[in-house]
Amino acid sequence: MLSRGVRPLMADRHLEPDTATLRARWGNFAWTAENAAKAKEIVARYPDGRQRSAVMPLLDLAQRQVGAETNTQGWLPIPVMEFVAAYLDMPIIRVVEVASFYTMYNLVPVGRFHVQVCGTTPCMLRGSDDILAACKKRGMHKGHTTEDGLWTLTEVECMGNCASAPMVQINDDNYEDLTADRLDTVLDALAAGQTPKAGTQEPGRHTVEPLGGPTTLKEMVSANHDYRKEW
Amino acid sequence: MSLADKDRIFTNLYGYQPWNLKAAQARGDWDQTKKLLERGPDAIIEEIKASGLRGRGGAGFPTGLKWSFMPKESKDGRPSFLVINADESEPGSCKDREIIRHDPHKLIEGALVAGFAMRARAAYIYIRGEYIREAETLFAAVQEAYDAGLIGKNACKSGYDFDVFVHRGAGAYICGEETAMIESIEGKKGQPRLKPPFPAGAGLYGCPTTVNNVESIAVAPTILRRSAAWFSSFGRENNKGTKLFQISGHVEKPCVVEEAMSIPFSELIEKHCGGIRGGKDNLLAVIPGGSSVPLVPAAEIWDAPMDFDGLRAVGSGLGTAAVIVMDKSTDIVRAISRLSYFYKHESCGQCTPCREGTGWMWRVMERLRTGDADVSEIDMLWDVTKQVEGHTICALGDAAAWPIQGLIRHFRPEIERRIADNVREAAE
Repeated sequence: MLSRGVRPLMADRHLEPDTATLRARWGNFAWTAENAAKAKEIVARYPDGRQRSAVMPLLDLAQRQVGAETNTQGWLPIPVMEFVAAYLDMPIIRVVEVASFYTMYNLVPVGRFHVQVCGTTPCMLRGSDDILAACKKRGMHKGHTTEDGLWTLTEVECMGNCASAPMVQINDDNYEDLTADRLDTVLDALAAGQTPKAGTQEPGRHTVEPLGGPTTLKEMVSANHDYRKEW
Repeated sequence: MSLADKDRIFTNLYGYQPWNLKAAQARGDWDQTKKLLERGPDAIIEEIKASGLRGRGGAGFPTGLKWSFMPKESKDGRPSFLVINADESEPGSCKDREIIRHDPHKLIEGALVAGFAMRARAAYIYIRGEYIREAETLFAAVQEAYDAGLIGKNACKSGYDFDVFVHRGAGAYICGEETAMIESIEGKKGQPRLKPPFPAGAGLYGCPTTVNNVESIAVAPTILRRSAAWFSSFGRENNKGTKLFQISGHVEKPCVVEEAMSIPFSELIEKHCGGIRGGKDNLLAVIPGGSSVPLVPAAEIWDAPMDFDGLRAVGSGLGTAAVIVMDKSTDIVRAISRLSYFYKHESCGQCTPCREGTGWMWRVMERLRTGDADVSEIDMLWDVTKQVEGHTICALGDAAAWPIQGLIRHFRPEIERRIADNVREAAE
């Protein structure tokens, strides 16, 4: 496959080949009892006859179940997509179209932790090059999973954390205001089975207020102030 | 006059206090919402119109006017829908995230009020897939509102039935385009639809639909409580209200902050962001409204009022008010080329000028970055941006073209210098 130096192109996304081994492993995929209840609740969010609307949340649910079964972030083998297609009574190709269009669906297996480094301009201006370099230093390569199965590295597009850039999303959590050292601390903790604090890694910062304390709404820091009294 | 805290709408913007219903009510949300609804749909729309609120998602279309396009009664039995755009993906934009994770009840109350005004049967909040924790908060907040009888059957005891559903995306910038969003909710690839028909005529499931940004909806209840006159007392004519600004890049203290519209750039930066990194003289350029709008050089942005008209006057736009600041250490060609890569990555592939053009423009931008190009290619690139712009179904083609046009307009000597350096180095 052509490497263009930045990250695999959208058109480079491909499905894991549909082999006998894959069938043997995933051919009997079915919801767990808990996810069966969730799936039912999800389909009920949409009008009668419009159950196809549920394909995105159900693919997410399926990917999470695969993740739980494989101790990874999860991905979507073809037989699992077929299961979702049958569940929603829609053609398999329509499910594959959706799964391949949206980048959060993993079409090939990923590692225990999916390290998604934002590289778009606002993060780039705040040092995302250093973050990617720190990942590389730990043996990660874009589009690949490390041999120990722990890390999959992807450079992603703007994640909407620009006022606390640079950032990385790892599985379900964001780690913001990173430096190479702070990233190392987070990754070390994850590797050790701990749960590092999500959000900003900047000491003394709460969320997206200016560092050093808010310039507005200072009463809110210590109490749930009701400003209506001052209207 | 600067904006006082009492006039800020998003008082829990930084999440120092809990987002939950009880805390939100103590801050003033869901306060006699029934009375707001008793004014009737038309009066609500008139108040929003009078407030001067313009859409906060980028295009700046008058919100009240948009609501008024919805049918007042269903002649054929089709229901109407409100779709709330929480697919915040425009590089630089990070305000809807703060509303959703720290003040979700403002959004849900706004959904009811707006949905009632446009006679919608339900709202779908489309939140970008990457906002995973934010979506968890939103799901929980919606459940709280149902449990308290604020939405659902007989919402707020108003006699009006209104549902709010949350739909998560899965990583596609294009779904922020309103018809792509509708396609996505219907369970398809997010590829924009041709207009007409417009969503107000045939949108979600073929039913009348209005798509509004999170911030536009979340400010509505406060406007109704405090009056159109209050909201329109901030900002210049045609640019009214308060606004969440998101400042990223090379300022001392990047942040999100609610300010009055039309605040001068310099005041926004010095008051809330600790100034430009390295001082005012170190400022190179600013992208004032998210990645889609052209950059503005330091000298022109410094005194510009941060509003729709003020930024149009300097050849750019307010967009989502995502202010990306670049100091003199910035490789400006790379900064824009990285945006070209973004648009190439996010093109849905439907229209040829965009599908082929975004990749082509990015590859040329990468060569301009290193100087591995001919000077004539600058004009060729300009021409191609003009051929992409305006020739696609949605505005992604335009959005890919404008940053490059801004770069060439203001930094052509820098691009030419790189080419000359490259030629000289090759000769040596």
